[in-house]
Amino acid sequence: MASLTSHPDEVKVVSRRFGQGATGIDRYLQLDGYKAVQKALSMQPDAIINEVKNSGLRGRGGAGFSTGMKWSFVPKQSAKPKYVLCNGDESEPGTCKDRLIFEHDPHSVIEGVAIAAIAVQAHTGFIYIRGEYRYLSVIMQKAIKDAYAKGFLGKNIFGSGYDLDIHWHGGAGAYEVGEESALMESLEGKRGIPRIRPPFPAVVGLWGGPTVINNAETLASVPAIILGGAEWYSGLGTPKNGGTRLFCLAGNLAKPGVYELPMGYNLKKMIYDVGGGIPNDRALKGVVPGGSSTPILLPEEIDVAMDFDSVAKTGSMLGSGGVVVLDDTNCIVKFALRTMKFYRHESCGWCIPCREGTDWLEKTLTRFHAGAGLKKDIDNMYYLSENMLGRTFCPLGDAAAMPTMAFVKKFRKEFEDHLEGKPCPFEKAGTVEQLPVLA
Amino acid sequence: MKFSPEFESRFTEMLTHYPTKRSVLVPTLLYAQDEVGALTDEVIAELAQRLDLTELEVRNVISYYSMLTTRPRGKYNVQVCTNIACMLVGGEELLGHCKKRLGIGHKGTTQDGLFSLEEVECIGACSWAPAIQVNYDFHENLTTEKLDKVLDDYKKKGTQ
Repeated sequence: MASLTSHPDEVKVVSRRFGQGATGIDRYLQLDGYKAVQKALSMQPDAIINEVKNSGLRGRGGAGFSTGMKWSFVPKQSAKPKYVLCNGDESEPGTCKDRLIFEHDPHSVIEGVAIAAIAVQAHTGFIYIRGEYRYLSVIMQKAIKDAYAKGFLGKNIFGSGYDLDIHWHGGAGAYEVGEESALMESLEGKRGIPRIRPPFPAVVGLWGGPTVINNAETLASVPAIILGGAEWYSGLGTPKNGGTRLFCLAGNLAKPGVYELPMGYNLKKMIYDVGGGIPNDRALKGVVPGGSSTPILLPEEIDVAMDFDSVAKTGSMLGSGGVVVLDDTNCIVKFALRTMKFYRHESCGWCIPCREGTDWLEKTLTRFHAGAGLKKDIDNMYYLSENMLGRTFCPLGDAAAMPTMAFVKKFRKEFEDHLEGKPCPFEKAGTVEQLPVLA
Repeated sequence: MKFSPEFESRFTEMLTHYPTKRSVLVPTLLYAQDEVGALTDEVIAELAQRLDLTELEVRNVISYYSMLTTRPRGKYNVQVCTNIACMLVGGEELLGHCKKRLGIGHKGTTQDGLFSLEEVECIGACSWAPAIQVNYDFHENLTTEKLDKVLDDYKKKGTQ
């Protein structure tokens, strides 16, 4: 099952209650639970927002936008009700961290949603959990029920005079729904087609009202910031990249697992020290630093601080924290193919560049892996991807395009080795059905 | 048509959480499917009527979400992840093993109605790969031997 692992370099903030029975509300209270929200109730909303801004907390879902700044975009006055929406649709390949928060510390998410609500003066929050995480939805529903029973949710929470409802909501299988505007469409009972921005959710969100949308880990980090202070949290990380985050180490590693490390921790150390290095005496071929939407890094690029700004300088992204390690037994063409198969499958189909682009990329990569690749298509894949960028309602198109550009640019020789009738050098002979080369 | 008392009380309660009726649709469809086995014409007509939607609007939503089905499946739906983290550590081999052992392909169901098989995208078990789900239960850190034991246990449970 989803076992917990540990390493001495861990700095446990969001994972400090893991494995200690904190799903039970009485245990959560013993472990400093619900102290932060009571403090927030005594603060001015702007003071809460400033504390979160100064903490350097940035979105843990993948985009890394400043959480405090996002909250500050919510208008003070609003004719329509305001909402807080927790994004628990964790579906980015390589990512399995929000799962642990829901399993071991669901109340920290509830408390984070509550603090966000008080900060923007919203009185309703939703915690959206992906459909496949049913056992975690059961845990969250019980946690919410227990919070209501103690008067921590509902009318006049903690006797403060503030009303706050928080409700669970469930998905039914769709990666795109993790995109914040598609998430809102899904919660409203529709297909998860994204909305064009602007307007942004903080101004026009659920049922037209201002809505703060944050990833589950982001919200779970907020209570610790309110109790420990912005300066403390910020100091755990690097400048402008405060705090710690959960990293999901996966793939060809000796010790895969979810580890909480300071922002800015070195990727090479993460792979070889925390992750235990590559087993079976194999060599590193590449690493996807933050989920399948992030461009792959070569072995010579892994000496990098894992924070948003440092990884962005390499041309990739810190992303969702899904660190996927490939050894040299793997075929990059096949890896790229499986990645494009995923994006083509999950594309909602609304925007032409994404719908048609992911389809063409998957078909072309299928032909490459089957020995029917055409030389001109190596460059074509790059140019087509370039033309998908920034031309879609949502970043799914970019999520397919940017990794493709990196695969082609960094592993060109591997694509050339699959050209014109040559079987894949990495697959056992006869396991991949060959396709005929078209003239 | 009426669902179980648990479904009905949950449905009534959930409606109070949102400003629009249709907001309950997606989770409700999954709960209805869990109970009935598939989203039959009767279920679709019932939910459409309760939420002031047309049947087309409900079918439109069903077709978007991968967990929802209008066709019945086996008692145990075996969902094998072959996305990147699982693929690197043998997810495809697990899928091949399932196809061989069960004698069915993707979206197939065994003759005795016990098992269905599905190749799925990332289920959030990447650090414990390769992994599968059977209905809602996770089975992780698998080998073909461990997978056989898992399927043996379901077979025993399902034929009691």
